[in-house]
Amino acid sequence: MTVVVFTCNHCPYALAWHERLLAVASDYADRGVRTLLINPNDAERYPRDSAEAMRERVREEGPWPAPYLRDEDQEVARAYGAQTTPDVFVLDAERRVRYRGAPDSDHGDEVANSQWLRDALDAVLEGREPDPAQTDPVGCSVKWKA
Amino acid sequence: MLGEECLDPQAVEVREVPTDETAEREGFIGSPTIRIDGRDIVPIEGEPVGLTCRVYRTRDGSVSPIPDREDLRDALRRHHQHST
Repeated sequence: MTVVVFTCNHCPYALAWHERLLAVASDYADRGVRTLLINPNDAERYPRDSAEAMRERVREEGPWPAPYLRDEDQEVARAYGAQTTPDVFVLDAERRVRYRGAPDSDHGDEVANSQWLRDALDAVLEGREPDPAQTDPVGCSVKWKA
Repeated sequence: MLGEECLDPQAVEVREVPTDETAEREGFIGSPTIRIDGRDIVPIEGEPVGLTCRVYRTRDGSVSPIPDREDLRDALRRHHQHST
């Protein structure tokens, strides 16, 4: 199973949820869940999201339990239909999307604990359908290239 | 909050910053930016201008897309004191 998180360096929503998402990556790694953090933002207009800025952030804050990847041509974000940072997708072993949306109900409340994402992972791991299977992604819009 | 501070809510002007040129001209460093008579309520030195999302720190140290309510209240009170 794979969790794909579109995220970035400069969005306050992405930053607010960041530690909670890393906790999910750590907590579920030994249950066969791989987490990928993908930054799709246009780094030309938003230099804080450049590959170098991403490397610098990981050097300062890391190590992280998930790779932080750059979607330079934004093809991955477009293929997923990512709208915001963060925007979370849970894919099962057959690469079917089983959950999409926000990590939890409140970026401002750490107690929320990425519970929507955790519930979705638990459901898929237990052979159930996530409920909800989709929530509205919340965050800054993906910064598309002109 | 404006009412609580005896200020006129109708005095709030919401302005869109639609282009990089406008951001440059306005010295706009991200959305949302709240200014009282042109002064940022939470000024940040050296922040580059641009059409971006603004990161605030609340008083408990959390990252937030909006300023702490008490920072806004303090700024309103400071302004009120200076203008009376």
